[in-house]
Amino acid sequence: MPSLLFELGARGRGSDFVSDAGRPEQFLDRDVLRDAPPIPDLTELEVARHFTELSHRNFNVDANFYPLGSCTMKYNPKVDEAVANFPGFTELHPLAPDDQAQGALELLWRMERALSSLFGMTRFSLMPAAGAHGELTAMLMAKKYFKLRGESERVTCIVPDTAHGTNPASAAMVGFRVVAVPSTPRGHTDLKALQNRLDGSIAVCMMTNPNTLGLFEDDIVEMTRAVHAAGGLMYYDGANANAIVGLCRPGDMGFDLMHLNLHKTFSVPHGGGGPGSGPVGASKRLSAYLPVPLVSRDAGGVFRLDSGVEHSVGAVRAFWSHFLAVVRAYAYVIVHGAPGLAQNSRLAVLNANYLRAKVKEILTVPYDDACRHEFVCSAEALKKATGVRALDLAKGLLDAGIHAPTMYWPHVVPECLMIEPTETETKATLDGFVETLRELVDLARRDPEAVKALPRRTPVRRVDEAQAGRLANKGIGLRWEPGAQAERSESS
Amino acid sequence: MYTPHTPDEIAAMLAAVGAPSLEALSDPPKGLEIRTPFDVAAALPEAEAFADIARMAEANGASRMISFLGAGAYRHYRPPAAAWFATRSEFLTAYTPYQAEASQGSLQAIFEWQTYMCLLTGMDVSNASVYDGSTAMVEGAIMATHATEKRRFGVSRAVHPLYRSVLQTYAEGMGLEIVELPVDGDGRTQLTGDRAGDLAAVIVQSPNFFGCIEDVAAAAALAHAKGALLIQVIAEALSLGVLKSPRELGADIAVGEAQSFGMPIGYGGPYAGFVATRREHVRRLPGRLVGETRDVDGRRAYVLTLQGREQHIRRELATSNICTNQALCALIATAYLATVGARGLRAIATANLARARMLAGRIASISGFSPAHRAPFFNEFTVRTPEPAADLVRRLERHGILAGVPVSRYYPDLTHDLLVCATETTTDADADRFAQALREEVAHAVAAV
Repeated sequence: MPSLLFELGARGRGSDFVSDAGRPEQFLDRDVLRDAPPIPDLTELEVARHFTELSHRNFNVDANFYPLGSCTMKYNPKVDEAVANFPGFTELHPLAPDDQAQGALELLWRMERALSSLFGMTRFSLMPAAGAHGELTAMLMAKKYFKLRGESERVTCIVPDTAHGTNPASAAMVGFRVVAVPSTPRGHTDLKALQNRLDGSIAVCMMTNPNTLGLFEDDIVEMTRAVHAAGGLMYYDGANANAIVGLCRPGDMGFDLMHLNLHKTFSVPHGGGGPGSGPVGASKRLSAYLPVPLVSRDAGGVFRLDSGVEHSVGAVRAFWSHFLAVVRAYAYVIVHGAPGLAQNSRLAVLNANYLRAKVKEILTVPYDDACRHEFVCSAEALKKATGVRALDLAKGLLDAGIHAPTMYWPHVVPECLMIEPTETETKATLDGFVETLRELVDLARRDPEAVKALPRRTPVRRVDEAQAGRLANKGIGLRWEPGAQAERSESS
Repeated sequence: MYTPHTPDEIAAMLAAVGAPSLEALSDPPKGLEIRTPFDVAAALPEAEAFADIARMAEANGASRMISFLGAGAYRHYRPPAAAWFATRSEFLTAYTPYQAEASQGSLQAIFEWQTYMCLLTGMDVSNASVYDGSTAMVEGAIMATHATEKRRFGVSRAVHPLYRSVLQTYAEGMGLEIVELPVDGDGRTQLTGDRAGDLAAVIVQSPNFFGCIEDVAAAAALAHAKGALLIQVIAEALSLGVLKSPRELGADIAVGEAQSFGMPIGYGGPYAGFVATRREHVRRLPGRLVGETRDVDGRRAYVLTLQGREQHIRRELATSNICTNQALCALIATAYLATVGARGLRAIATANLARARMLAGRIASISGFSPAHRAPFFNEFTVRTPEPAADLVRRLERHGILAGVPVSRYYPDLTHDLLVCATETTTDADADRFAQALREEVAHAVAAV
């Protein structure tokens, strides 16, 4: 078992890293100073061994297949990393004068143009730090739009029952009242039900297309027309944009606002849960509400940070963007061009449909229409027959070195597994996944307990989440404390 | 390109699906086809893309200049070990650690980050990080609304103006009310008066935007006397290497920016915000939290916990809409703190104290320049200039020097104040060139008059 950093090291190790500058007391009164910071002193080799050992306890795209629905775990090209590490970017201060940051501003400007064109928006802000941050930004824009129109009574936000949890959470943060719309038996958002919920209180309808079941919303144009006719705005959740880049555009579908996840569609590495990047796009009438600053180019070709956005909601973070994430995504855009990005989307759709055709021989595929970049299957029948659940299959896949699909979501499908292979995986990898799933289901029929005991080969086996939650509720077990581990193991 | 499909494979896969062509499978419904060409340049071979972006990187002269810019983004020495370990593929290309069995590396690293943030702030609990210092401050404010059921905030005018503008953006959307606390002539928040009545929290930054170390303990006492929480903002995390912790000063919530712990300034991001607090507020923390537990074999293990607060479970009732944290940035900070240790952190922070005073002395020796404030400072300070600071900054650019932030950029009436930062990377030679350039420019200005 790896030790914690706080269980390593010793006083007397370590070094100063800088030439001796004296003692803090020489520069400040004692009453503002602390004692030595209570953190360990280690040698660099201890640090190396520690993090290398930790790294061996992680699945990652460079080692493992991640058929993780809604997360778009495609391969991250290494050229993106290299260009993001150019000193001209890493050593550039965000408050540097614009004249001395022309390259960075040019890159932001080019990226905005590319995204606006690819998604049919008038302008994009690259400021939001992640998808959920982009959603919130767009909700702030919508709220201000209605306020300035004297329509503050518009407070309803409609979301399909298959929507990502961030949709209702972001809407609620700006005070919108969230109303859900059900799905049809074929897995599409119910147009009739949506129309029935439209009244003078509608502010925004948030849609994901393709939806989280992996299905293109065939009625999308009728939906946007209906919402617009009722005076509302349409918001496009770009989580599933990997299915449509270069093939069709949210702007053409009638969307007014949207966000992208550059860490999904544009291959910025997920980093174990961030940093992401969540640009927000706006149609012509919403562009004046984008956060500031944007980047503009004057007639002389000089780039500037531009805070002159008439109705801007303001800044949503300090400084201008997750710039180094945008650099990675920009590299991804220019090595592909629009046709290359479109081909990636097509191949993502092909890989997903190929898996759908194979997986339906093993598990139930409840919406067996041609899917886009992902599809859902259900282990409900298997559970009834054997007691083995979607969770157990997911853990069984981990045992075989394959990351689990997204589980138990969307909620409309019982024992749901949501599978998104992405375009960078080979047919052989997909075939291997299908074989592993088939073996697991066969094992479930022969010996369900054996599947429930998986995984066995991962660095740890199933963990006691309830125990962690009970302690965490009291603020315990969320950090290392001297002696705490010993106490807890005695008391448990 | 990075896709593997051969024509034969595509044909075989289409046959398995029963689709006549790739287009038939992936085209949008009728009427939504692309009708106008994209405004995206033709694809570049990887080597040319690399060169094109290298050209843009080169076009940022500021990255090579002698810099005295701080104000929330600090150029520090980054020991190569930190990023070397933290950006291994196994961390870089991992997903959010929902599957604990497959993510113990990321989970333990976040647990270690949470611990470091607690040890440095003196707090009991810390979350797994948020987007940046400004959004950390907003999240701290939202926590205070839940804790006190009040929606009014006393925010010092010496809090970073960009952080305050972000709070203002959220406040307008969420119906929060901001009351500004004035700054006295000494660059510190004025705490007299009865402005703390009915507040959810008092928010002060220390060291503040002007570089001054605030009397946080007095602010906390004032806030607590009125039933409000005290939120301390720390935009320069390295100061925690020598300054008293927020907990020792009486803060209830410590929020801030960890960029100084090994992250490049990178034109503003990505960085990592931290939010740490006392045990009683644990369920109000936003975003991800990692807790310790056991696996079925009794081995120590880590897992995402208290997910009942989060958006994917609670949807519109969640404590925050945050879905990601800044895991990789937090990991770099963790590796940085492991690499420098207590000894290095204290020595580096002390070097910042020393270099800033060296620089302040050089500047104060120039006729017409003086310290704007008497309050103690860490590595940033405000200089009163003999002519408008913005003009001087523009002229110093021609000397290859980024002289600092003209305070008038954010406080239009403070035209003759220049915010200057020195770190452990600032050499005597840098300071001499700076002082020499200032002397020349002021002399020219006098001659011109």
